[in-house]
Amino acid sequence: MTEKKLTKGNIALAEGAIQAGCRFYFGYPITPQNDIPEYLAKNLPRVGGTFIPAESEIASINMVLGVGASGERAMTSSSGPGISLMQEGLSYMAGSEIPGLVVNIMRCGPGLGGISPTQGDYTQAVHGGGHGDYRNIVLAPASVQEMFDLTIRGFELADKYRMVSVILADAMVGQFQEPCRLTPDHPVTMPEKPWALKGRAGRKPQLLKSLYLGPGEQEAHNQDLQKKYREVERNEIMCEESLLNDADLMIVAFGTPSRIAKTAIRMAREKGMKVGLLRPITLYPFPSQQLHEHSERIRKILVVEMNTGQMLYDVKISAHKDADISFYGRPGGGVPFPNEVLDEIVKAMEK
Amino acid sequence: MEKIFTRTPTLTSSETHFCPGCTHGIAHRILAEAIDELGIADRTIGIPGVGCCVFLYYYIAIDTLEAPHGRAPACATGMKRAQPDKIIFNYQGDGDMAAIGTSEIIHAANRGENITVIFINNSVYGMTGGQMAPTTLLGQQTTTSPYGRNFQTEGYPIKMAEMLATLEGVAYSARVSLHKPKNVMQAKKAIIKAFEMQINQMGFSMVEILSTCNTNWRVSPIEALDVIENEMIPYFPLGVFKERTGKDFL
Ligand SMILES: Cc1ncc(C[n+]2csc(CCOP(=O)(O)OP(=O)(O)O)c2C)c(N)n1
Ligand code: SF4
Ligand SMILES: [Mg+2]
Repeated sequence: MTEKKLTKGNIALAEGAIQAGCRFYFGYPITPQNDIPEYLAKNLPRVGGTFIPAESEIASINMVLGVGASGERAMTSSSGPGISLMQEGLSYMAGSEIPGLVVNIMRCGPGLGGISPTQGDYTQAVHGGGHGDYRNIVLAPASVQEMFDLTIRGFELADKYRMVSVILADAMVGQFQEPCRLTPDHPVTMPEKPWALKGRAGRKPQLLKSLYLGPGEQEAHNQDLQKKYREVERNEIMCEESLLNDADLMIVAFGTPSRIAKTAIRMAREKGMKVGLLRPITLYPFPSQQLHEHSERIRKILVVEMNTGQMLYDVKISAHKDADISFYGRPGGGVPFPNEVLDEIVKAMEK
Repeated sequence: MEKIFTRTPTLTSSETHFCPGCTHGIAHRILAEAIDELGIADRTIGIPGVGCCVFLYYYIAIDTLEAPHGRAPACATGMKRAQPDKIIFNYQGDGDMAAIGTSEIIHAANRGENITVIFINNSVYGMTGGQMAPTTLLGQQTTTSPYGRNFQTEGYPIKMAEMLATLEGVAYSARVSLHKPKNVMQAKKAIIKAFEMQINQMGFSMVEILSTCNTNWRVSPIEALDVIENEMIPYFPLGVFKERTGKDFL
């Protein structure tokens, strides 16, 4: 049955991990995500799982790497400074094609920054962070239910493509409470992992590595990775398209700003302005084609983010060449009010 | 004619990339022999660090994971927790373990992770061209200590085997050397002992091996063996610094 329970975002995420069959958590404390490790420290041992309070985020991600190489599901969670420390490990995991799940409950930066909600890590998560030509799957929940569901999805996608999945959420989604169904909406499965390192018994020795030094080997390896990424782009895009059929203006927003945008859209429609929303749920793969198709008809676009314009670049390269793109962003912990977004809607409509 | 010596089966017949005279090759051989003598090759997974040992998988025919520079103890932690029935070892250089990876090694040891670490101390960063490492001897000239290591500016060589022996989680910590046949045999015994600690679930075990880097020391292979005897051992004494006898967890 679909019984719902009032749940905090971070807890829904942690419970989602357990339901996804994740039995290994490694992490180092940092606000605003501490309720994730605290929940798992208590609940993983109850299902035979392992929780290690790691000495650093560098250690955490490499422990995830070790479990992933063993063919089991593992995760870590952190925020800004800790995610920065993990970038080397993420690059190695991409290079060696070792799956795992990393949660970033974003806090504002740069530097020690602050602990209030932000989306300042979009570029780091979606366009790089670590060295080399690689991608992570990036999922952006906007509700407590999605914190639960997308965590499960994240593990499944990571295993399917032998990639790292990143849950990129702002502190608001992590901290607020909503009714949530705490059971998976489909049977969770784990694929066979013949590539995992389990000892050579009964087969030839196996190897997981990212070092390719022979002439042309690294280039060929990169081309293979890119082929895989194209497949992810073909198959795994998720986005919410709301009130776009009659819209004259399309807001593009993810996470908390998409929720605020929905309120502003209601206010705008009450005033007779036809506004809709495109909400990317997967930030990588980005819903470029969906956005492009809508922009062929809806030429006015307003991008709203809690940063100074990071997803904006993906919108710009995806939208129709004649699209008229406006941006409203608040960095450093600023959360836009619906009436601020409404003002931007009015400005964009009058342009 | 009777054959009295043959390559142990888990050591591959690949030609190694090591410089002629380098004792990394001897360390690989005794490691493979230890694995075969214990009969654990089918369930052993090796995790080399980044350094001249990175191609371990070409020479020892077991499952292998490549770890980021210095992070092998964290990777091994994850792997051992996921597969407690497997034998997991790290093979790390002194740059890898005693410089960039000190945090990971100390905490893996302190948690008493039931893993084995083979630590190759050759007093330099071999792979990158012989730069100064935390293990570089006082007065030793390297490409980044061209006037010789000076304790006033670069501090003293770090003694990993002694340092790790102070941690409760450590079951076994020893320092051995590869400069003479007798020492090679003792080194192999120490490696077997370290693996036995893991097999018996005693906790973290580490064997520090004094090894040559004749290329970067700019001496002949034979002179390099003398360097170990006359310069390294006086500062890095051989011996067992910790050996747990029962499951005496505190
Ligand atoms: C983060 C990072 N920094 C630097 C390097 C470059 N690097 C590769 S091997 C190495 C030194 C290895 O020295 P050591 O661990 O002593 O091994 P040896 O080659 O002497 O056996 C360095 C610095 C790297 N791979 N990663
Ligand atoms: S550089 Fe030094 S450590 Fe590396 S293979 Fe050559 S002699 Fe051995
Ligand atoms: Mg070295």
